[in-house]
Order: sequence, then C-alpha cells, then structure tokens
Amino acid sequence: MGLFNLFNKEKKEVLDQGLSKTKESVFSKLTRAVAGKSKIDDEVLDNLEEVLITSDVGVETTLRIIERIQKRVSRDKYLNADELNSILRDEISELLLENNSSTTSDFSDPLQETPYVIMVVGVNGVGKTTTIGKLAHQFSKAGKKVFLGAADTFRAAAVEQLVVWGERTQANVIKQKMGADPASVAYDTVSSAKANGADVVIIDTAGRLHNKVNLMNELTKIKNVIQKVVPNAPHEVLLVLDGSTGQNAFEQAKQFTKATDVSALAITKLDGTAKGGVVIGISDQFKIPVKYIGLGEGMDHLQVFDRKNFVNSLFEQ
Amino acid sequence: MFESLSERLERSFKILKGEGKITEINVAETLKDVRKALLDADVNFKTAKTFTETVKEKALGQQVLTALKPNQLMVKIVHDELAALMGGSSVDINLKGSPAVVLMSGLQGSGKTTFSGKLANFIKTKRGKRPLLVACDVYRPAAIEQLRVLGEQLAIPVYAEEGNNNPVKIAENAVKHAKQQGFDVVIVDTAGRLAVDEVMMTEIAAIKKALSPQEILFVVDSMTGQDAVNTAREFNERLDFDGVVLTKLDGDTRGGAALSIRSVVNKPIKFVGTGEKMDALDVFHPERMADRILGMGDIVSLVERAQEQFDEEEARRLSKKIAKNQFDFNDFVSQIQQVKKMGNLKDLASMIPGMGKALKDVEIDNDAFKGVEAIIASMTPAERSNPALINGSRKQRIAKGSGTTVVEVNRLLKQFDQMSKMMRMATTGKFGKKRRG
Repeated sequence: MGLFNLFNKEKKEVLDQGLSKTKESVFSKLTRAVAGKSKIDDEVLDNLEEVLITSDVGVETTLRIIERIQKRVSRDKYLNADELNSILRDEISELLLENNSSTTSDFSDPLQETPYVIMVVGVNGVGKTTTIGKLAHQFSKAGKKVFLGAADTFRAAAVEQLVVWGERTQANVIKQKMGADPASVAYDTVSSAKANGADVVIIDTAGRLHNKVNLMNELTKIKNVIQKVVPNAPHEVLLVLDGSTGQNAFEQAKQFTKATDVSALAITKLDGTAKGGVVIGISDQFKIPVKYIGLGEGMDHLQVFDRKNFVNSLFEQ
Repeated sequence: MFESLSERLERSFKILKGEGKITEINVAETLKDVRKALLDADVNFKTAKTFTETVKEKALGQQVLTALKPNQLMVKIVHDELAALMGGSSVDINLKGSPAVVLMSGLQGSGKTTFSGKLANFIKTKRGKRPLLVACDVYRPAAIEQLRVLGEQLAIPVYAEEGNNNPVKIAENAVKHAKQQGFDVVIVDTAGRLAVDEVMMTEIAAIKKALSPQEILFVVDSMTGQDAVNTAREFNERLDFDGVVLTKLDGDTRGGAALSIRSVVNKPIKFVGTGEKMDALDVFHPERMADRILGMGDIVSLVERAQEQFDEEEARRLSKKIAKNQFDFNDFVSQIQQVKKMGNLKDLASMIPGMGKALKDVEIDNDAFKGVEAIIASMTPAERSNPALINGSRKQRIAKGSGTTVVEVNRLLKQFDQMSKMMRMATTGKFGKKRRG
C-alpha cells in the first residue's frame, strides 16, 4: 500500500500489535452497533455514541463526530449502515488532520539546532522516565549524542531510574543529589551538553498534578533557566499523557500548556488500553500535535505519531 | 477534587429550582445533564446509564413528599444513590494472621510503590503493628531502590533480594523472614502490569497462590478513563482481590472511576491517596465521598483529622483559660501550630461545605501564618501572656523585630481581641453549649 511507504514495515508491525486491542474493541463494538441494520437510524447513532464514549473520546468530541455523520448522511442520502466504518474513519481522520499538518519526522532527521533541548513534563506515573529512555535509545540509534538531565529530584529513586536508562542507551546522565533544585540540574545538563557538543538534551522532571500551582511555577522556572544557556531552548516541551487517562487528560493538557507552552504530546501505554480515543479528543480540541506514542515496555516501543497511519491502523480490516 | 462534577450537578439542579414537583418532563432535562456530567467525570458509560435511571425512578416515586423543594429532593436522591453506588459503608483492611500478607496489584504508574509506603506507615502509626515492605518489582529500573528509599524515610524495614529475578521466590522468602523476625504485616509491592499481559498476569496469580494473602489490593489511578472498569474486572477475575485503592485523588477535578468500580466488580474501595507525602492516605468513606461530590464538604473527615491532632488535655486547659478570660498569645501560637499539624491548609479548607468550589483556583499559602508568628515571636514573654501591656513604643519595637509595620501589629492585636471575645462567648455558653476540639 502506497500510504505506508512513510512507515517502514517493522514499525508498522509494532503499531499494529500495540493497537490490536484498541482495534479489536472499537471494531467489535462497531460491528455490534450496526449488526442487522440496513440504515443509519437513531439507534445506530446511539450505539455509535456508546462506542466513542467508552473509548474515552469524550462527550464533546463524540457529539461533534455524530453531528458530522448526521449531516453527511442527510447530504449524501447515505443510508447503508455497512459503510459506517468508512464514514467514521473519514470523519475521525478529518478531526485529527484538521488541526495542523505537521509532517512526519524521524529520529535521524537533522535537528534545527544543537543541542536540541527537549523538556519532558506530565503528572505522576504517566511514564515520563520510560518515554525518555525510549527517546534516548532512538536518538542514540540514529547516531545522535544524547544527554539526559535528572531533574526529578523529588521521587524516591527517580535519579537511579534515569541512570539505568542512560546505561542502556549510551546517553550521558547529568545528576545532582535527591532534593536538589531541579532548575539547577537542568542548567547543569544543558551547559554540559553544550560544552560537550551533544546533539540532543532531554530533561526529566518530577511528576506533578496540574492543579498544584507552586509545582507548576517550578516548571516555568526550569524552562526559563534552560533559556539562559540556550536562548531558543527548550525546542520542544513534551507533555506525556497516559493513554488510559480519561477526560482529565484535557485539563492536564490545558494546565501544563499554561505553565510551559507545551509543544508536543506523547501518549503512553497505548498497548494495553481499549482506547486511543483520548488522542482523537485532544487533537480535536488542542492545537498541539501528538508526536510520539508508547506501545509497550521495550526500548523500541516508541514511535513518531502519524495521524493518517494511526487512523488507518485503527480501522484497517 | 470532584469540583467539576459537583459544579455540573449544581447547575443541573438549578433547572429544577422553582418547580413545584418532580415530573417526567422537568426531570428529563436534569437527568440528561446529570448523565453528561457523570460521563465527563469518566463514570463508566453503563454505570452512568443505570444510575440516571435509578435516580429517575426514585425521583418520580417520591412525588408525594412535598415538604422539600424538588431540587433539594433531587440532591438527596443523587447523594444517596452515589453513596450506595460506592458501597454504602466503609470496609476495613484485614490484618489478621501472623504475619498478615497484603499484596499490591495494578497497572504501571498507578502508584503502587508510593501507596505501599503509605500503607506501611498507616499500619505502623495508626494500628501499632510492625510492617515489613517487600520489593517484588524486579523489572522497572530502580523500583527496588524506590521502595528502599521510602522505607528509610519511614524507618520501616524493606526486604529485597538483589539479583533474584523471581518475584514468587522473593515473596515466599520475605514471608519466611517476617515469621522469623516477628513482623505483623507483610506488604508485597509488585511490578505494574497490563491486564492483557498473559505472562505477567500468570506471575501475579502465582504470587497469590504461594502466599495466600489476607488482603489483595488493586491500586488504580483516579484519573483513569472508561477502561478503569475493564481493567478492574480483568484483575478481579485473575486475583479475586479484596479491595480497591484510588490514588492521586488530590489533584483531580473528577474521579468517576470511584463511582463505577465498586458497582462493576462488587469490591469495596478501601483507601484513597491524597498527596505525595507519606501520611497522605485516607480510609475511603462512601458517604463522605458522596457529600464531597455534591459540594457538601467533608466535615466528618475534618473533625476526625482535628481530633487526631488535638491534644485533649491541652484543649481542656485552653477552654478553662478562655472561660476565665486568660487566653493569651502563647495559646494563640500553640493553636496555630496545631492547625498546621493537621496538614495542608487548602486540603483542610476544601473539606468545609461550599469551600471546595470557591477554592478551586486559589492556592493557599502554607506560610500564611508566618507573619503572625513572626510578630508574636518578637513579643516579650510578659507581652505574650498579657497583651494589654502592649503600648505604642512596644508596638514599634515588635514591628521592627518582626520585619513588619505597626499597622500589621495593630491588625493582629485587634483580631486577637475579637477572637478571644468570640471564644469566650462560645465556651461560656452564650451561643449555646459547644464542645471544643
């Protein structure tokens, strides 16, 4: 298939594998929704609502999708429910692609500036450190020199966890002791990376709930301090969201953006949940692109997100 | 927490305000909003549906009772149903056995390790037993180290076997060790796992078989979406767990998982995690949670927390002093210190009815008392025990010493004066008999 030329085969397999649970459940639900129906009536739409809401798409987005399908049905006089799948795929693709058409990038692409600084933020337990480990692995594999900054100085053994990832991925880890000022760790990391000619710097931060104002201010401070070393940094503020999170993900996206101008999202744990729906909802309501998705615990289970392929994988038969 | 759900419900109920009685027509719109509010709060789709239907039935059935306004009646019905949905009454953790074994289970990042530390601390301080923490997460980098650090902070021993990759064996050895060393409770922390991961699910089933734990807890992130129910169901099928722990409830505006899980797996929620500190753990009370969801506050929890911290002796001494009009700045400072011991000020304030909503975007500084404390610290012992001594030049000295201004000192003196008057009235019974503490 021509569409998948962008995506090499190995990657596609991981994506399919990881999403197979999502796919199965959206499919089986959808099949049930349209079973024995020859036209799209209120009952089919009700069932569709259930499918979307139980996939965490969210009430607002679900209503929008249904509205669009209703409009299209009345415009096209399209009555056969068998093709609901393809209509739905169209509509969701459109919601995802409408926002902005950020091109697919890859880890081996040349960087706009070195060191290219990525600051990673998110609530507790979403998988920030694991995502950083996977990113470090991908960048190292692509021949880039990677520095990691252990600015989570709060959670017990967070520094050790990052150090282990550094060993696994041949990345340098810059650290201070537990309880140290995270901004100071970030400053050290970026300075040291600059002095040593690193290509990529990834700053880990402590998980924090988005309603804790003081902790959110701390993030703003870390960001400002990084700018003192590299004026354009951070080039990317990556907000990590747990793929099994419900509607709270929207609030997280909102609050973290307020504190740090989040520029990209990473959605983790997509291998285990019946969703991925959260991706559709967030893409619909925020102008922040989803850049990476996590599909498992292995070092290779991280991919650059591609909307088209994502939707295709979701609805492919 | 739950602000948005209670706000939404409040708005829904406003539609009913002014109506004379609940009818099929005027309740329909409200119920639609209730359902939407529940779905937005991540309440399971089916649970939300059943819930609104139950509420509707109850509401229409109660038409006859006209003593209450319809919106009040709806609040009561929704409240009762919410509490019923979450399990009616609270269920305690089973710690019988020597040692009693508590096994943790849950997805990655749900907060098992942090909760293990909190539970050990709870068992040690509130139940007076000797807990042993066991590190069985042999997969995630530095997971064992994390538990070890927590154990050190809490002065609770941690059992770990460096280099052993078999969690079943580690757990078995830990229980043996606990028996020999006379520990009362063994808390087994495990790796996070997905319900669809067959190998990992088999592993935890094997741990269960080897240990026959008194208590298996399923730890779930309160921000989880619709999948919470499915995950809980799958873990329950494999482990037949005894209770649920809801974590990260301090940060959430929602928490619908709490509403759905019990109704779907029929297992009680036993604990909630409400912060990053090791004492941020509460026993789950369905009734209180329902109050909280509806914005009715959580006065009972507040009173309990106060009771825990306040020294009764001290309280009795104080009320005597107040009655005799001898309340002074020394007592005032000790009061401030006791309030501070009760925990985070915002948490405390949000337990007061109606405050949760008002405080949503307000950050209360835990240093709010700092200025006051500085002023009092700059007083001489004589001034502290007899505030009447404080004249103009003394005020100036106090302001200088505390880095404040005379205006601020005056304000504190005035507040103190009013406060002691109020207290005297309250204790001497002018406002009716009132117990302190």
